[in-house]
Amino acid sequence: MVAAAQGRDPEERSRAMDAITNSYWRPVYKYVRLRWRVEREDAEDFTQDFFSRLLEKDFLASYDPAKGKLRTFLRTCIDRLFMNQLRDAHRQKRGDAAVHISLDFEEAEHELAASAQNGSAEDYFEKEWVRTLFALAVERLRMQCLSAGKTTQFAVFERYDLGDEDSRPSYAALAEEFRIAATDVTNYLAFARREFRRSVLAQLRDMTGSDEEFQREARSLLGVEGK
Amino acid sequence: MKFLPDQVVARLQTEMQTPDLSGTRYRALELLGHGGMGTVWLAHDSILQRPVALKVLAAENSSADLAARLMQEAVVLARLEHPGIVPVHDAGTLADGRTFYCMKLVEGQTLDRYARKLRLRERLRLFQRIAEPLAFAHSRGIIHRDLKPANVMVGPFGEVLIMDWGLAKVMAATSASSPTEQVSQHVTGATGLSPTATQVSVHVTDDIEHPSTATQVSGHEFTRAVQDRLRPGTLAPENATAHGTVLGTPGYMAPEQQRGEVNLIDQRSDIFAMGSILQSLLQEPPGSPESESYSRPLRAICAKAMSAEMSARYSSVQELAADVGRYLDGLPVTAYRENIFERTARLVSRNRVAVVLVLAYLFMRLLFILFSRR
Repeated sequence: MVAAAQGRDPEERSRAMDAITNSYWRPVYKYVRLRWRVEREDAEDFTQDFFSRLLEKDFLASYDPAKGKLRTFLRTCIDRLFMNQLRDAHRQKRGDAAVHISLDFEEAEHELAASAQNGSAEDYFEKEWVRTLFALAVERLRMQCLSAGKTTQFAVFERYDLGDEDSRPSYAALAEEFRIAATDVTNYLAFARREFRRSVLAQLRDMTGSDEEFQREARSLLGVEGK
Repeated sequence: MKFLPDQVVARLQTEMQTPDLSGTRYRALELLGHGGMGTVWLAHDSILQRPVALKVLAAENSSADLAARLMQEAVVLARLEHPGIVPVHDAGTLADGRTFYCMKLVEGQTLDRYARKLRLRERLRLFQRIAEPLAFAHSRGIIHRDLKPANVMVGPFGEVLIMDWGLAKVMAATSASSPTEQVSQHVTGATGLSPTATQVSVHVTDDIEHPSTATQVSGHEFTRAVQDRLRPGTLAPENATAHGTVLGTPGYMAPEQQRGEVNLIDQRSDIFAMGSILQSLLQEPPGSPESESYSRPLRAICAKAMSAEMSARYSSVQELAADVGRYLDGLPVTAYRENIFERTARLVSRNRVAVVLVLAYLFMRLLFILFSRR
C-alpha cells in the first residue's frame, strides 16, 4: 500500500492514499484532540489539512520503511505540522481550491467520548490504530460474507463476538434466533473467526510500510511478543 | 464503520492469538510460549484424553518457506524416536491455514534452571545424558544447530529431553532404514493403524466456500506428502537454508555457523554448542565452595569442544561424553596432557583408600622399626 502511494501511477497512488486516509484518519483526529488538547473544530481542520497535504505534497515520499513504522512516521509528521502551524501563529486555512476529504468527525467525536483515555496520547494513538485496524477488518469481513452469501455467518459472529459482554447470547439462544442448529453456531463462528483473522492480516498489510513491519506488528498485535 | 469498544477489541485480539482448532481433536487451553516461528499451546486431545503441546506457526508467518520449516521440524522429530527427544504425535495444517504439529507435553525445567541446585559431579552426569539423544540424532544424520541450556528440558524424574529442532539440518542418508520407511512406521505408530487403511488428523486449508470443517486427508496421502518432503534433496536444509544465512543462538553458535557457512556445518557444530553448555554447567553458583569446576582437565575438555578449527574438536559427541566420563572416573582425559605432579595427585585422589592404607602400613612399620631398635 505504501509502495503504491509512493509510486508514479496516479490511479494506483490515489487508491492507496484513499486506503491510508481511511485507515488512519480516526487515530490522527483523536490523537490531535488528546495530545494537543485542541478544540473539536480545530482538530477537524487539522486532520483535513494533514491528509490533504499527504495527498498533495507527497509527504510519504520521505518515508523509509527500514527506518521505522508507518504510524510512527505519521505521528511525527502530525507533531511537526502542528508545531509549524503553532509557530506561524495564524493557521493557514485552506482555501476553496484545497482538497476536501469527507470524514465523519461527528462519529469520531462519539467514539472519543466512549473510549477510555488513560495513558499518554501516544499510547492512545497506538490503541486507536488497533481499534481502526480491527474495525476495518470487520468491515472487510462483512463485505466478503455479503458477496459470498454468508450473511448469517457474519450475523452470528457480530452478535457473539462484537457485542457487549453483558448481553452476550448463549450458543443455544443464537441457534434459536437464527433458526439454525447449535452445531452450526460453532461452525459459523469458527468460519467467521478464521476469515476475520485473514481480514485483519490483509488489512494490516495495507496499513504497514514493509513486510518486516507487517511481521513485527502482527506479532505484537497477536500479543505474542514480550510474553 | 462499526465502532468497537475496548472490551471487544481485547476479545478479538485473544481470538486472533488462538489457533483455529475447529474440526480437530484438540482444544486449546493455554499459551505456553513462543519462538521465532510460532507459538506453543497447551491443548487437550479429546480422543486420547490427555494434555499435549501444539506448536503452531504464527499467523503472520504464513510463507510457504516457514510452513515447510515447521513441517520439517515435525518430520525430523518423527525420525528421531528416542527417550531423550520429544515425540511428535501428529502434524498438518489447521483450518485457518496455519501449519502445526502436536507433541508430547513436556513438564520440567530448562537445563540452566535445573542445574542450579546440583553439585558439579551431578551436573557432569547430566551433561553425559544430554549427549545420548544428540549422539542418536547424529547417527541418523541430523544436526540440531541450536543447542543451548534453554533447549534442554529436565523432567521431574531427571529425564533429559532435547527440544526445539526447528533449525535442524538433515545430512546425507544414513545406513539405518530409509527415511521414507521410517516415516511410514511413525505414521502407523501415531495412528495405531495402517496408514493406508485409516485417516490421520491432517487438515488442509479451508476456503470461504467450505467453511464448516477442516478436510481430512487420508493417511496414504499424508505419508506420500511427508515422503516427498524427505526425498533426498527436497528437504535437506543445505537446500532450504541459503549459504550465508546465520541460524543459531549467539554464544552457542560455532564459528562456521556465525559465518553462515552452511555447507560446512556438521555434527562438530553441535559439539561446539555442547562445549558451551558444558562451560555454562561448570560455572558455580555465587558463594559455592567448590573449586573443582576450574580444574584444568575440565577446562581443556571445553576448549577442545569449542575449538575454532572444526578439525581440532572432538569428532563425535560420544568422544566428548567419554572424556567427561573419564574425568568423573578419575582417569586422564584425552583433551589434557597432565604433568607428573598432576598425575600423582589424580592417582592419589582416585585411590584414596589404598593410599591411606599404604601410608598407615608404612607408619606402623616405621614405629615398629624404631621400637625394635631400643
